[in-house]
Amino acid sequence: MSFVLSPRTVEEAVGLLAELPDALPMSGGASLVAMKNARLIEASHFVSLAGIASLHGITATETGLRIGGMTRHAQVAACDLLTGDLSMLRQAAGQIANRVVRNMGTIGGAVGNADPAADYLAVLACADAHVELTGTEGSRLVAMTDYVTDWYETLREPGEIVTAIHLPAARPGPSVYRKLCRVPGDYATASVACASDGDGVRVAVGACGPGPIRSREAEAALRGNLRDPAAIAAFGAALVDLADPVDDVRGTSEFRLRLIPRMVAAAISDLEGKR
Amino acid sequence: MPGKQVFTLDLNGRETEVFAPADATLLDVLRDNCALRAAKRGCNQGVCGACTVMIDDVPVRACLTMAGACGGRAIRTLEGYGDDPVMGRLQEAMNASGGVQCGFCTSGLLITARNLLAETPRPAQAEIRSALSGNLCRCTGYVRIVEAIASAAEEVAR
Repeated sequence: MSFVLSPRTVEEAVGLLAELPDALPMSGGASLVAMKNARLIEASHFVSLAGIASLHGITATETGLRIGGMTRHAQVAACDLLTGDLSMLRQAAGQIANRVVRNMGTIGGAVGNADPAADYLAVLACADAHVELTGTEGSRLVAMTDYVTDWYETLREPGEIVTAIHLPAARPGPSVYRKLCRVPGDYATASVACASDGDGVRVAVGACGPGPIRSREAEAALRGNLRDPAAIAAFGAALVDLADPVDDVRGTSEFRLRLIPRMVAAAISDLEGKR
Repeated sequence: MPGKQVFTLDLNGRETEVFAPADATLLDVLRDNCALRAAKRGCNQGVCGACTVMIDDVPVRACLTMAGACGGRAIRTLEGYGDDPVMGRLQEAMNASGGVQCGFCTSGLLITARNLLAETPRPAQAEIRSALSGNLCRCTGYVRIVEAIASAAEEVAR
């Protein structure tokens, strides 16, 4: 039986989670309540984060942007601050589920849940985002590229909540999010986030392993060679080597391994077309 | 009774007190305690759209909303649109065009369509289809639903 608690501050929320070992944090509820309805989870309490004002909204900071954990997908999809190499965040947010669910689901909930096939992880890894985790001991920042440690396992400790996502300031130049899915709004069979970075690109692959796949080494090798098909093929192959996809209802592991180089090349081609 | 609690909801403009299980969703409370059965329990997973209601003027899934998280928020179900002429036009157009067959998806579709017309008074076909992408219908094949919404929008805008 899950009672809903509605704290008004982050301190109160993490205090409740520390005090109640069988409680779970709840942001938009789009995944959590669906799991409750399917009897996949049990919790003594849901600690709702919806009433905490400081978790809502997108603001400019000294170093870039801060997206509060309770910011809904619909707000990210419509945010004018996400331009240039951050515009892929809007594209990804706008492809999550459908309009109504985008009014509910939040970036903090999506990152906290860390579903490997969900849309945010790849774009946030590509954007050099950091996850702000807060517990009773205070807040800490974790790089998105380090955040996922295994299937549905992350550096978030029990009792911690995702209070914000931090992004570097938007830089000019295009970015794209490509998602292959069975029908619009489904989780990705495979996804690719790709952002221009001077004469190179930053690329992260989603839904092909426990966390987003990125290789700074391969990105460095590709720098200056974005119109060289052999260099792009080698780059795709390097990402395939890092992938660990599963067989599931959306596709086989082998299918996903074949998708990666094609989707990466297509994303780079999209980007070159937009420069 | 253990595991039950009182919820105070702002429901269709009326303050409503409900005694229900602590982990009830808004959909549970609407259907099982308030006898408001326009919102349907289809998938209970947020996929089908049959339970769509408005909270604070935003369409949401009642099945994914905990009743305990609704305090202080204005909930409006299809039953709360009795005096809304635009909803009336949508209902007539759905009926006239054959957009209603078994009717299970209809309430959710109407809430979604009403919200679309509030945002975009004269939506293009593609905009209607995009707005309805979270509402499943297993009977009609959608064509008549899209036509109904387009014709209701035309009439209202005229």
